[in-house]
Amino acid sequence: MKRLAIQAKDFDVAAELAALEALGGGGVASFTGVVRGGDGLLALELEHYPAMTQAQVARIVEDAMARWPLLGASVIHRVGRLEPGARIVFVGTASRHRTAALESCAFLIDWLKSHAPFWKKEHFEGGATQWVEARAEDEAKAKKWGG
Amino acid sequence: MATLTIVYFAWVREAIGRDEEQVERAQAGATVADLVAMLAARGGGYAQALGDPARLRAAIDQRFAPLDTPIGDAREIALFPPVTGG
Repeated sequence: MKRLAIQAKDFDVAAELAALEALGGGGVASFTGVVRGGDGLLALELEHYPAMTQAQVARIVEDAMARWPLLGASVIHRVGRLEPGARIVFVGTASRHRTAALESCAFLIDWLKSHAPFWKKEHFEGGATQWVEARAEDEAKAKKWGG
Repeated sequence: MATLTIVYFAWVREAIGRDEEQVERAQAGATVADLVAMLAARGGGYAQALGDPARLRAAIDQRFAPLDTPIGDAREIALFPPVTGG
């Protein structure tokens, strides 16, 4: 099972997990990213490259399925304006082996951060805005997976 | 004259003040880096957005590509900052 969604609307984590559990592998791992508040942050605005995003995320998912014995992988990434506490991203994997489920889940979120065309802009109280800068640490995390 | 579509994202788009434009292929140069240099030479927001290629990333026909990649028969070049999704 492969599920990819790039969408403005929220998603139901329980329903996503249930779909992965129903594959019968016995092991499901997931990661949910949530907008972190603080420092007067009002919202994050997520921009993406619509002509490229879906195909690029599909390549990342195919890469994960080629590296680990997965029964299913789900990636949901939201775009648009998201306030603190809002879910941004969901990655879920199902396998007969817990190591495969856990490692492929970590791989997917690391690669989404550094290999998918999304950009975050922060909006603060008082009207200030700032584009989030890519962190060398995220690039390093992605590199450790090779390829 | 064949044209090339250039698309911009994030602060590159904001500094240039547009999200897309057409460039005559013959003026684009051999590589993405040549195209970036040609656009940056327009000055103003272009120079601000594209003057420091080390801060830029690119895609050729919706696939990431290093700036020294030849443009070849590409139809769409995207210029943007390093990605920050996830």
